[in-house]
Amino acid sequence: MSLLTVSDLTVSSADGRTLVDGLSFSVGRGHRLGLIGESGSGKSLTTLAVAGLLPPGLRASGTVLLDGTSVLGAPERSLNRLRGRVAAVVFQEPSTALDPLMRLGHQVAEPLRRHQGLRGAALKAAVLASLEEVALPARVARAYPHEVSGGQRQRAAIAMALACRPALLIADEPTTALDVTVQAEVLALLDRLATAHEMALLFVSHDLAVVGKVTDEVVVLSAGRAVRTGPLRSVLADPGDAYTAALVASARRLDEALGGAL
Amino acid sequence: MRRRVFLVTGIVLVALVLAVALVSLFWTPFPAADTTGGRLEGPGAHHLLGTDKLGRDLLTRLMIGARIAVAVGLGAVALGAVLGGLAGLLAGFANRWLDDTLAALLDILIAFPTLLLAMLVVAARGASLASAIVAIGLAMSAIVARLTRVLVKRVLAMDYVTAARTSGVSWPRIVTAHVLPNIWPTLAVNLALQFGLAVLAEASLSYLGLGPPPPNASWGRLLQEAQSTVLTAPTGAIAPGVLLVVLVVGVNLLADGLRDVADPTRRGHR
Repeated sequence: MSLLTVSDLTVSSADGRTLVDGLSFSVGRGHRLGLIGESGSGKSLTTLAVAGLLPPGLRASGTVLLDGTSVLGAPERSLNRLRGRVAAVVFQEPSTALDPLMRLGHQVAEPLRRHQGLRGAALKAAVLASLEEVALPARVARAYPHEVSGGQRQRAAIAMALACRPALLIADEPTTALDVTVQAEVLALLDRLATAHEMALLFVSHDLAVVGKVTDEVVVLSAGRAVRTGPLRSVLADPGDAYTAALVASARRLDEALGGAL
Repeated sequence: MRRRVFLVTGIVLVALVLAVALVSLFWTPFPAADTTGGRLEGPGAHHLLGTDKLGRDLLTRLMIGARIAVAVGLGAVALGAVLGGLAGLLAGFANRWLDDTLAALLDILIAFPTLLLAMLVVAARGASLASAIVAIGLAMSAIVARLTRVLVKRVLAMDYVTAARTSGVSWPRIVTAHVLPNIWPTLAVNLALQFGLAVLAEASLSYLGLGPPPPNASWGRLLQEAQSTVLTAPTGAIAPGVLLVVLVVGVNLLADGLRDVADPTRRGHR
């Protein structure tokens, strides 16, 4: 059975507009899926729905099964057992994803304390190990978020998400706020960690080139609807619909301009 | 560096008034009801700041007035912080319907003039120190609640709260670990400013005769009593006015300096 099964997910706003329209996909254990689309295509709403975090004003129908448990309309209590352990989220903007008034070490310690019951010296060692895993120096533990760089903040956020060893990591545009060189490092890090922990990855981005670096399958979203689903290679070779074709063409142009080969 | 100067100046000014208020509990130059001095004496060796029209020592009256100002300021801020903070937290977390109701209620309360509200409270309870505190504290709690509501909503919309929720952190823990620390700096600065406003409001109430009744020597009452003789004995009006300015400016500087101490992103950078 798949780790995450989304079938016929529809999200609509209070005034009746359909934001996500009959979306279906699944992610197996250890598999990676990219969710691609432009702003407003419903990518982020989909991730929020999967994590059970939809804002109260929105109505969702269809089913989202996370490790066999239904997420939509589930009470907070049963969601809390899934969150962190089954699925964790890395957000787009690392400067708001971290509490500005809490030292990074404390923020990384929080999920470790909750999920692994660590205290005292063991907790401290686990925090340092988590930081080392995302290639952050130990001194970062004592720093506030504003005292480290954007890339380091995103690494810290990844360390927090990974602290509970989730089976699925949901990454919502994790590199969009970073500059290009740092982007590549963070992508490589996610790739390495996902492989090392046999973690499934739901990777959301508007950038085909970025998605191409970490996932093998993609769902292309346009206006809340899946317009193309399939392995990345076949999508690139045969985009099918006009929207995907435009997306692939623009990614190719960018890639050629940079002198690489997609 | 300039901010550090503000903070230190604020602390000194506020500490000065606090010290005077404390000392007045144990010692004043003359007993409060002593009327042995001459009427409207100017500053001199015997009565350092002179006397009022009943022959009471002005310095003694001012020291007792400091006590009242500080008591009203602290009392009103405590009441405003607790009532307003709780209402604001509730509204910040509430669903849309309850939130809209609370927000409308707060707007009405804030639109209601503080002095009018105070007069209602005084009319209902009679003029006393406690009435002044309740009246000013109630008016303040509406302002504090509105601020708290917005601050809570802003923090709740942050990704770090969502991240905490996705890693299964409970709501009470989110409030104590993330919401309160993040709204506290702004709230503390606002409460310090509210302290200054409360002192001024009490002076206004006393000036209108709605504050603690005589023989309590509130600064507002001293100003009012000195009004008719301000040309012949100006010290009686100037001294309480200066003290009001010292306390309120001191509190405002303190509030400004506090913001930097409370916020690590502004701390220690030159």
